[in-house]
Amino acid sequence: MAIKVLSPGLGTSVQDLGRPGYYHLGIPISGGMDRYALRAANMLVGNDEGAAVLEAVFLGPELEFTQDAMVAVAGADLPPKVDGDQRETWTSFAVKAGQVLSFDYLKGGARAYIAVSGGIDVPLALGSRSTYTLGALGGLEGRNLLAGDMLPVGNASGAAAEGRSVSAKLRRRPGTPAELRMMTGLYWHRITEASGRRFFEDTWKVAPEADRIGYRFRSGHPLEFVERKPPFGAGSDPSNIVDSCYPYGSVQVPGGTEPIILHRDAVSGGGYFMVGTVISADMDLIGQLQPHTPAKFVSVDMAAALAARHDRQALLNKIRAALG
Amino acid sequence: MTTRYSFGGDEHIFVEVDEEMSLEAFFKSLSITKAVRESRIKGVTEICPANASYQIKFDPDMISPDDLLAELKNLEAAAEKSEAVLETRIIEVPVLYNDPWTHETLMRFRERHQDPESTDLEYAARINGFDSVDAFIAAHSGSPWFVTMVGFVSGLPFMFQMVDRPQQIEVPKYLRPRTDTPKLTVGYGGCFACIYSVRGAGGYQMFGITPMPIFDPKQEISYLRDFMVFFKPGDIVKFKPIERAAYDKDVAEVEAGRFKPLVRNFTFSLEEFHGDIDGYNKKIGEVLYGH
Repeated sequence: MAIKVLSPGLGTSVQDLGRPGYYHLGIPISGGMDRYALRAANMLVGNDEGAAVLEAVFLGPELEFTQDAMVAVAGADLPPKVDGDQRETWTSFAVKAGQVLSFDYLKGGARAYIAVSGGIDVPLALGSRSTYTLGALGGLEGRNLLAGDMLPVGNASGAAAEGRSVSAKLRRRPGTPAELRMMTGLYWHRITEASGRRFFEDTWKVAPEADRIGYRFRSGHPLEFVERKPPFGAGSDPSNIVDSCYPYGSVQVPGGTEPIILHRDAVSGGGYFMVGTVISADMDLIGQLQPHTPAKFVSVDMAAALAARHDRQALLNKIRAALG
Repeated sequence: MTTRYSFGGDEHIFVEVDEEMSLEAFFKSLSITKAVRESRIKGVTEICPANASYQIKFDPDMISPDDLLAELKNLEAAAEKSEAVLETRIIEVPVLYNDPWTHETLMRFRERHQDPESTDLEYAARINGFDSVDAFIAAHSGSPWFVTMVGFVSGLPFMFQMVDRPQQIEVPKYLRPRTDTPKLTVGYGGCFACIYSVRGAGGYQMFGITPMPIFDPKQEISYLRDFMVFFKPGDIVKFKPIERAAYDKDVAEVEAGRFKPLVRNFTFSLEEFHGDIDGYNKKIGEVLYGH
């Protein structure tokens, strides 16, 4: 069974839950940016939660099916259509051999996860099917989809029924402004107290430079640094450090001007200081932010981060219980 | 050296071994991360040594952040007592300095450079007090380098020059990063040399290019069939200046599957190195070239 790509969308890639274990060599975890939606889409069609799906950003692809399959689209509000007839998001629907799955214009969010019963069956690369385009690794030939591609699909062992749905209150999405909870730390001590306060008071805006590597933000005040003598090897700019690792979700501010949150295709390290790290529970939300969206950073401690992590897990458990 | 611990959100512990770069800080980071790997702490998913710091990624559902922090502090105390000896490799990396591809690229991004009137090599030679580009290349290729971090992107090595600090080459990064860097560019930023493993954005000064691929996701290149990334932290690198004819020949050998990097096994001792840096580097050269 295969799917023919008639048109690829803007940057559609194969993603699963990622490729841990190689970050020390500069190969990031990759995988879906909104892993909550990725898991939900898989559950809706009866796949393992970590099966490979398509991650479409802003604009959906056009896909021709060569065999019958169950499909679900979760995450962004990107309405699917089968031969032109609209279907619901967050709900499983059947696509018959010869039918074309396409999408209406994006109505909210940024990334839609398209799960197909059986999963996208590209070869494993270092244990994952996720696409890491910078390293030309995984997915379909290490790149985003192109028109004319044939996507292999695995055998669906227990395809789910049509019309299964995730209830509205279990669909997670960012508010307005988006609130991104963050633990300060790393090199937070490099900025002044007043500057640190302003960082959390400011409303930032997602910049156009926002992708799987990182999300850049604008419109807040530039940071003010505590004076120092540059440590040997760090470089002369006050935002420079001796090149170190970068945590996923870490917030670096090159030159003290525009914060960048590193995401699933993160560069694994570099020489810019970081003021803290977005908590694991809120990483999914970043993947759903469009450019120009207002966003605020909210300071939390470890206890609050772990509580948020458990809340997210509890929501996923409710989906599991409802669809299991 | 003062070790500083910080949580990177609820899934990372970031440990700065020292604010400034030194081989001592690197060895400490390498030795602690080795101990973490060997102690197989449950819930640890990534162990990343860096130049003068390291980072652990963990699953807080498996181990509490405070428990892991306490374990790391214990391992730090043990690592401080361990001898700085490393079983490693010496690797020759051929370099065509001043090559046409990085030259074309640096001319394209001249307005992002500190000194638009000169090339990256001319600029680096001048600000480091060398009389000529040739003298600078002689210094760059004259001493060996330690791979003190692999990362940024796939398999990219950061390398630290094995000479006394006053002799170490230092250059700033570009004022604004380039959007393009040729694959296998030999670059420089701060006190670190690097080799760009893939084509892409970059802010390091560009000195030359190597014919020797160091990352191959398809694993087709003869010496990258077992694993797609060539370098690991602790490798010792010696750059060898080559001319265009030798570069073209190496590229053809790589394509024909015949290129074999020159690699020797070596036991490095930090104490012996500091006892006589020039003598020790000479010994590294002798081991590499087998005389």
